[in-house]
Amino acid sequence: MTVLLFTIVVLIGAFLAGFLGSLTGLGGGVIIIPLLTLGLGVDIHYAIGASIISVIATSTGSAAAYVKEGLTNMRIGMFLEIATTMGAIFGAVIAVYLNAGYVAVIFGCILIFSSLMTLKKKVDHTNIDYSSKGAKFFRLNGSYPNQGVETPYAVKNVAGGFFMMLFAGTLSGLLGIGSGALKVIAMDNIMRLPFKVSTTTSNFMMGVTAAASAVVYLHRGQIDPGIAMPVCIGVLIGATVGAKVLVRTKTDKLKLVFAVVVTILAVQMIYKGLTGGF
Amino acid sequence: MSNSKNITDKDIQSIIGNLLRAGVYLSMTIVLLGAFIYLVDHAGEKVDYGVFDFNKIGLHSISSIFAEVLSFKGAAVIQFGLLMLIFTPIARVVMAVVSFFIEKDYLYVVIGLIVLAIIMVSLSGGFAH
Repeated sequence: MTVLLFTIVVLIGAFLAGFLGSLTGLGGGVIIIPLLTLGLGVDIHYAIGASIISVIATSTGSAAAYVKEGLTNMRIGMFLEIATTMGAIFGAVIAVYLNAGYVAVIFGCILIFSSLMTLKKKVDHTNIDYSSKGAKFFRLNGSYPNQGVETPYAVKNVAGGFFMMLFAGTLSGLLGIGSGALKVIAMDNIMRLPFKVSTTTSNFMMGVTAAASAVVYLHRGQIDPGIAMPVCIGVLIGATVGAKVLVRTKTDKLKLVFAVVVTILAVQMIYKGLTGGF
Repeated sequence: MSNSKNITDKDIQSIIGNLLRAGVYLSMTIVLLGAFIYLVDHAGEKVDYGVFDFNKIGLHSISSIFAEVLSFKGAAVIQFGLLMLIFTPIARVVMAVVSFFIEKDYLYVVIGLIVLAIIMVSLSGGFAH
């Protein structure tokens, strides 16, 4: 394949990954990696390096808008970034010592888990029980604009959320993904934040988390300009278009179809990983 | 409007939102410029990314990217743009630390500095091998 053809094919693939990733809430990274490895035979190390760059681009772009709207809780974000950045570096470092096959298997499992999470009906846990000492000390309780009304919320189980973020960061660094599904679990189910706050704050943290591991990948030669360029441009444009379409589309059916497709990809990754295909 | 001595969370949100947006635009512009040069020079060459090779691209340290970018080779310009993109969220943390300092929220100055310290360790390259 020539450079020009490769660039065009990856650009289109990355556009679709970004578009579908933003419509379904899965994120572009988890889709671009199987596309590059299974579809184009790119080594998984390059795929992960390119994907982590696209995670920075998309999350930073959307974080800019969310922060200005006042949805993001910057204190929660910065506090939990201690956990996610430590995890991300740890994940990127252990990636060297892991066989590429194992990385593919872990990736496949996370892919299946994330797509199931997008199908799960969300339960809002928002509350105003200000009993958590950790939340009080770190000044994490806040308020957000909900249908025009500034609505207060209380934060629970700060330590639990912190440890879950350590795990989310590790997977992000290991696999080159945003691991949004895990971040949202930590903030929705454990810390009991309102959806809008947890999703936007998770997005806010993703950029710095990905940057921490991207630096490790850069030093290790895993960020190749020839792959990272079409991937990050494609995913960024796709995600931007997806976010515009999302506002006026019902995504329930799409999510279901997509979960099936993603699960098939995941099973292939796991199979290839176990049979030494990487 | 509040002045700089009376900075609020709302002001911080606005500054940080703008910084993030500017960072993405700037870095993507550089990447596009690099992409153009890269494609003009290499469009017809064969690609092979089937096996990972550390030495394939020489651009794997921050100093080498800065040294090479002025040669205006496509790959180096793209890599420089990607580096700017990586620096954008890091610059956001720096900005947040400064803002929290002005706001006199010293607890969050410390928290931000811890995050920066973790990233600095990664930047120094000590973990790469």
